Amino acid sequence: MTDATAQGPDASRPERSGSLIALDERTRRRNRSERRFRLYGLIAIGIGVLALVVLLTSILSQGLPAFQQTFVNASVYLDPAKLDKNGTRDIEEIKKVSTFGYAPLIADAMDRKMESLGIDPEEFGLSDKDALEMISKEAAAQLRRYVIANPDQIGQTVEFRFLANGRIDGYYKGRVTMESAERDSNVSPAQLRLADELKADGALGTYFNWDFITAADASENRPEAAGIGVAIIGSFYMMLVVLFLALPIGVAASIYLEEFAPKNWFTDLIEVNISNLAAVPSIVFGILGLAIFINYVGLPQSAPIVGGLVLTLMTLPTIIISTRASLKSVPPSIRDAALGVGASKMQSVFHHVLPLAMPGILTGTIIGLAQALGETAPLMLIGMVAFVREYPGAPPEGFFDPASALPVQVYNWTTRADPAFVERASGAIIVLLLFLLCMNMIAIILRRRFERRW
Amino acid sequence: MNDMRPLERAVETKEIKFECRDCQVYYGDTHAIKDVNVDIEDKTVTAFIGPSGCGKSTFLRCLNRMNDTIDIARVEGSFLLDGENIYDKRVDPVQLRAKVGMVFQKPNPFPKSIYDNIAYGPRIHGLAKNKAELDEIVEKSLRRGAIWNEVKDRLDAPGTGLSGGQQQRLCIARAVATEPEVLLMDEPCSALDPIATAQVEELIDELRESYSVVIVTHSMQQAARVSQKTAFFHLGNLVEFGETGQIFTNPKDPRTESYITGRIG
Ligand SMILES: Nc1ncnc2c1ncn2[C@@H]1O[C@H](COP(=O)(O)OP(=O)(O)OP(=O)(O)O)[C@@H](O)[C@H]1O
Ligand SMILES: [Mg+2]
Repeated sequence: MTDATAQGPDASRPERSGSLIALDERTRRRNRSERRFRLYGLIAIGIGVLALVVLLTSILSQGLPAFQQTFVNASVYLDPAKLDKNGTRDIEEIKKVSTFGYAPLIADAMDRKMESLGIDPEEFGLSDKDALEMISKEAAAQLRRYVIANPDQIGQTVEFRFLANGRIDGYYKGRVTMESAERDSNVSPAQLRLADELKADGALGTYFNWDFITAADASENRPEAAGIGVAIIGSFYMMLVVLFLALPIGVAASIYLEEFAPKNWFTDLIEVNISNLAAVPSIVFGILGLAIFINYVGLPQSAPIVGGLVLTLMTLPTIIISTRASLKSVPPSIRDAALGVGASKMQSVFHHVLPLAMPGILTGTIIGLAQALGETAPLMLIGMVAFVREYPGAPPEGFFDPASALPVQVYNWTTRADPAFVERASGAIIVLLLFLLCMNMIAIILRRRFERRW
Repeated sequence: MNDMRPLERAVETKEIKFECRDCQVYYGDTHAIKDVNVDIEDKTVTAFIGPSGCGKSTFLRCLNRMNDTIDIARVEGSFLLDGENIYDKRVDPVQLRAKVGMVFQKPNPFPKSIYDNIAYGPRIHGLAKNKAELDEIVEKSLRRGAIWNEVKDRLDAPGTGLSGGQQQRLCIARAVATEPEVLLMDEPCSALDPIATAQVEELIDELRESYSVVIVTHSMQQAARVSQKTAFFHLGNLVEFGETGQIFTNPKDPRTESYITGRIG
């Protein structure tokens, strides 16, 4: 009071121009700098959005073709003489016929298809064997799986879509051209011309490729058959392990540290260590997992359980840090209120603090899970790069079966020679991104549900 | 200045509820409460007055061990509630706080419905056997908190959606719902309008019938109106403690006199 009045009102008042309508120099300068700052912000956002758009278009343009696949339509006679010599239709007997037994059926089917269309491979300068090479080597396995699943079809003639060779598929996706086929030992221009002819007659077409999502990985020279089914299951199993281990452990640890633990040098030490753990490179967790879970405990290599345990270790600090932050952000007055009416510490935490912290905890957990889902390096160390053709079994045994993981599968495919695998890898990235998007949506929905706007 | 003159009250000696001896509170190195001795009587309203920062809230919080939640706070001395030291190792502060309820300086309703705000305490203490009893407790408490008429149609509405003054009365209702023996109120009326203040004061007067009430207030008029005993704190010391009438009309200490006449504070 006294200080302000002592000097008198006029002594310290700065000179100002009289009018409010004409801006003075100071105000103009302030406005200019504000406009400049807004511009910087817009530029920053623009750069970010641009980078995102470029990234997405590149991935989408490379990866979307993976969801389409070229097939050859032909009707195949499932000859009982070859598939089931005894005529018992015993599934074990049928399983004994290897893919070699199916190859003649396919050759036969192709012959008849060409004949019915009036196409002679000779006209294209191709032998029957050359023409047959247009069908994927995987086709026999494809047919075998079909017969084993439907043994009652033996003896019938069925319409079947055979996978076309990866080069033929690449031709229709722009990866292979007539010029490149000249130099390619795996495909000749004549085969491409025959494929065009078959396509014109409707015997060859491009269809949505469910197998990409459900099938297992395929070998180096059959990119057309490679799928991410095993990788998806492996990733899913690992996420289950992480969710069921990291969430309870992380939340319990955070609640204890934040609400119950005495504040002393020991808890400070733990706190510092948790923060440090969050910054440890993920590959270190991989080495740890290899040393402890595989070498010491003796868990199997490439198993989702090991991957899940490693990822749990990696995710725990993230969950603990975000949970503690959201517990901290609950106003202390709420705790006081609960204690004031005679609630115990535990009641105040579980009845009042935890529900308020829930949105933050869930967001942190899902961000942790998303991180874990995209993690590659530690999984490679525990052997998840291995080529896995078999689907892991149902849980809980399935957790111990070898499996792959989405990001590792992506890495794996990008190291292969055939460019068709790049397309597959990009396709797998799209699926991975879709999963991440879903998880973030779930995080947002859960946050909305739990958030009390009051 | 009329209301500064306390009502003539029959001065009677009552049972002592809280007997506090040589109380010291430290926040780290800060000595916030120094050598305080005070006897708080049962069925009496005791007012704590004093300039801001003198330690009124700190001392009040000692009485239900809310200072336990502040890590750096250290409490010494003996606080006897009905002859038992509440800082005894065997005392569970949770049980103590069910006996000694508290209304805080800032209204702090739970982010739950009005109904749940009131029902929470009775629920965790098992005061109601069924829903009907709980409803009854809620209504009775809201009535005693002088807020029933305003909220009776929206018991499911969030307690945090009320105005500041309504929130404070909700908190008072919440505190009385658990039927404490002692009610500690830290400036319960600082956010209330005169009408609500009058209602709360009426409530305090009514509570005196059965409880011991300790109220911190910055309003001398309020202290004079509602309390029978007044304690004047200054810089962590209990300067003067006595009958409200005597403190306001005939203070013994010059500091008390300066404060109540508005010269320090
Ligand atoms: N949590 C705390 N940590 C450290 N010091 C504190 C804490 N709470 C209070 N103090 C200190 O203790 C002293 C007494 O504070 P207290 O809150 O009891 O004052 P008060 O009399 O209630 O004041 P007001 O009337 O403004 O509410 C003050 O000097 C304050 O700085
Ligand atoms: Mg205070």
